[in-house]
Amino acid sequence: MARTIVRVPPKAKKGEIIEIKALVGHVMETGFRHSETGALIPRDIIRTFVCSYNGAEVFRADFHPATAANPLIEFSTIATESGMLEFRWAGDNGFTAEASAPITVE
Amino acid sequence: MAQHPAERRSGYLDMSPGTRAMQDDDATNPGMLWVLDGEALWGRKAGAADKACADCHGAGMKGVAARYPRVSDDKLIDLEQRINLCRTGRQKAPALAYESRELLALTAYIGFQSRGLPIEVDETGKTKPFLEAGHAAYHRRQGQLNLACAQCHDERYGARLAGNPIPQGQATGYPIYRLEWQGLGSLQRRLRNCMIGVRAEPYAYGSPELVELELYLMWRARGMKLETPAVRP
Repeated sequence: MARTIVRVPPKAKKGEIIEIKALVGHVMETGFRHSETGALIPRDIIRTFVCSYNGAEVFRADFHPATAANPLIEFSTIATESGMLEFRWAGDNGFTAEASAPITVE
Repeated sequence: MAQHPAERRSGYLDMSPGTRAMQDDDATNPGMLWVLDGEALWGRKAGAADKACADCHGAGMKGVAARYPRVSDDKLIDLEQRINLCRTGRQKAPALAYESRELLALTAYIGFQSRGLPIEVDETGKTKPFLEAGHAAYHRRQGQLNLACAQCHDERYGARLAGNPIPQGQATGYPIYRLEWQGLGSLQRRLRNCMIGVRAEPYAYGSPELVELELYLMWRARGMKLETPAVRP
């Protein structure tokens, strides 16, 4: 499985806006490039990213061929309750990656 | 040996605030993906000897990357070659190719452990002739454009080349995550890039000439802090 790095504040106050960062290792091959022999390099990109907070989806993104390799996503959500944030990436050729991080809300 | 830049500055200082922030935070620095890969490889058994790096070295390689390239058995070797010597000699495993994911991951992991430490390569004894050869190569004009490294990086740093600032070429952060490469790359890759840029035929990966240049560049950056894995535009 691909390597991921996620950053979630370990503690937050209830109602606070928290910044989340999620990095994933992926080549993000556009499908528009040609190899040295002239053959088209098939597209291989991440298609979707979803973040769930205690099972409820709080953020979703679709990816397209112009996205850089090893995409980094930064977004925010509101700290509502203690629990787990789960991150899921899915893409071409059956690519999937998962990560999770706990948060304590006081 | 002449050292032109009076005040040495890392290429880090010439980057945009956004790229600097990307390097500074381990959660946004994509080079950390390789560091984590390297950490996993470090503990994985390999080769006919069925040994992992960690079986001999434990966890600590702090300061090691700041002292390479160095002379071993009368031969100048860089960190990549040191890793491969261990692989072929101790692990009885095939050597890793330059710029392969595995070799970059291991060098990034070892380099990361020296992050923040000053570069201190040896400059005496057996190292001296290699350092002098590297110094000569750095000042030798080459390629169809007939340019020496020093003409850009000692005499014209801070000026612009095709819209981009010319850095001093202080090799403080290798292997680097270069945004243009969309991946991690070694100092030799960077040197070969420059050689292609001046229309010279680049030396092959692992050739003594490149390692001597690496040594000179590290000597030139001595005392500066290692940034591995650095991010560069």
